[in-house]
Amino acid sequence: MSTVSAVRRLGAMVSAGVWRLGFAARFFAMLLVYSGQSLRRVHLTIREIYFSGVLSLLIIVVSGLFVGMVLGLQGYETLQRFGSGDALGVLVALSLTRELGPVVAGLLFASRAGSAVTAEIGLMKTTEQLKAMDMMAVNPIARVVAPRFWGGVISMPLLAAIFTAMGILGGWLIGVVVIGVDAGAFWSQMQAAVDFRYDIMNGVIKSVVFGVAVSLIAVFEGYDCHPTAEGISRAITRTVVTSALAILALDFILTSFMFRGTS
Amino acid sequence: MSRSSLDLWVGIFVLVGIGALFFLALRVGNVSSVDLSNAYVVRGQFDNIGGLKVRAPVKSAGVVVGRVDSIDFDNNSFRAEVRMKVSSDYEFPRDTIASILTSGLLGEQYIGLDPGGDIEMLEDGEILQITQSAIVLEKLIGQFLFDRAQAPQE
Repeated sequence: MSTVSAVRRLGAMVSAGVWRLGFAARFFAMLLVYSGQSLRRVHLTIREIYFSGVLSLLIIVVSGLFVGMVLGLQGYETLQRFGSGDALGVLVALSLTRELGPVVAGLLFASRAGSAVTAEIGLMKTTEQLKAMDMMAVNPIARVVAPRFWGGVISMPLLAAIFTAMGILGGWLIGVVVIGVDAGAFWSQMQAAVDFRYDIMNGVIKSVVFGVAVSLIAVFEGYDCHPTAEGISRAITRTVVTSALAILALDFILTSFMFRGTS
Repeated sequence: MSRSSLDLWVGIFVLVGIGALFFLALRVGNVSSVDLSNAYVVRGQFDNIGGLKVRAPVKSAGVVVGRVDSIDFDNNSFRAEVRMKVSSDYEFPRDTIASILTSGLLGEQYIGLDPGGDIEMLEDGEILQITQSAIVLEKLIGQFLFDRAQAPQE
């Protein structure tokens, strides 16, 4: 009998998962349909860029600087064993532009801005503000959800670029200023090894994809949350966990497409 | 927060973000590297490509003029066929020699083009007639040891 109930539970889980996935797809389609309407009122999106982009700047700048400084220290430690301490710039720049910049900025963005968006929309749902809007013939997806989604999509690549630039400055600070690697060699080797179209643009493409994924997960979890205090807290947790897993999985898939057969 | 100061902050943020991208493009990456949007393809067959990789540079006189586009094995000649994309800004004579070289002792491998003296220039899809394979250290050492063993003892 216990086997039967276990199978039944499994079936219920699968059916709930498929239902939720279908709802998410329908939600995304509606989001795109109403985006035109919401983008016409551009100040709504600008306000969201402020909340998810400008207010995330501090954590992005400080984290980027420290990640770069650690890369500089650890990288030099390893490289100088092979007598190639001059290649420090290449190591710092390639690891930041290709991987660490988009991924770490994405993870920070998910925990700083994604969770805030989920909490905000979840609280609006719990206090029935979304229903009230609907009653007043204001579409909540066009008025509340779409601006937050586009605000996140626009902010994320900019934050990733700032993170990468700060990381490289952190690497320069430790490598050139503190350790004493030759500044000319640091920059020239970096410029010789980093290709704009290939390394930097692929990093930007990654950050755009992460921005879409994290913003979509954040607005969906908020919109779909159970309208209680516990429901909101669970939705926020789900946003951070699902976004982090989505970023790591998408990063693997994108990397295997972008850098296949070249390394 | 008033709308104008919010707009100002977002404006600064966007400018800083775009500035970071410019910094990456101009200071970190080599934006002025060879432009392959207008490029022609030349092919070369090598006995051994060593550790040559796709996207490795194609250089002539030390200047990057193109990149390796693809590497395949030719079933008829049993040699490696390397397709190179060379920027249309550069033209090479038909009897150009392609060699696989290594930058430094342990550096990456690249293709070096040595121009010949032909009046006609290479065209899209053409095959380079003279190629020189990569030097494989194991073979070189093996050859050296073999020669030493063969040499008459004094």
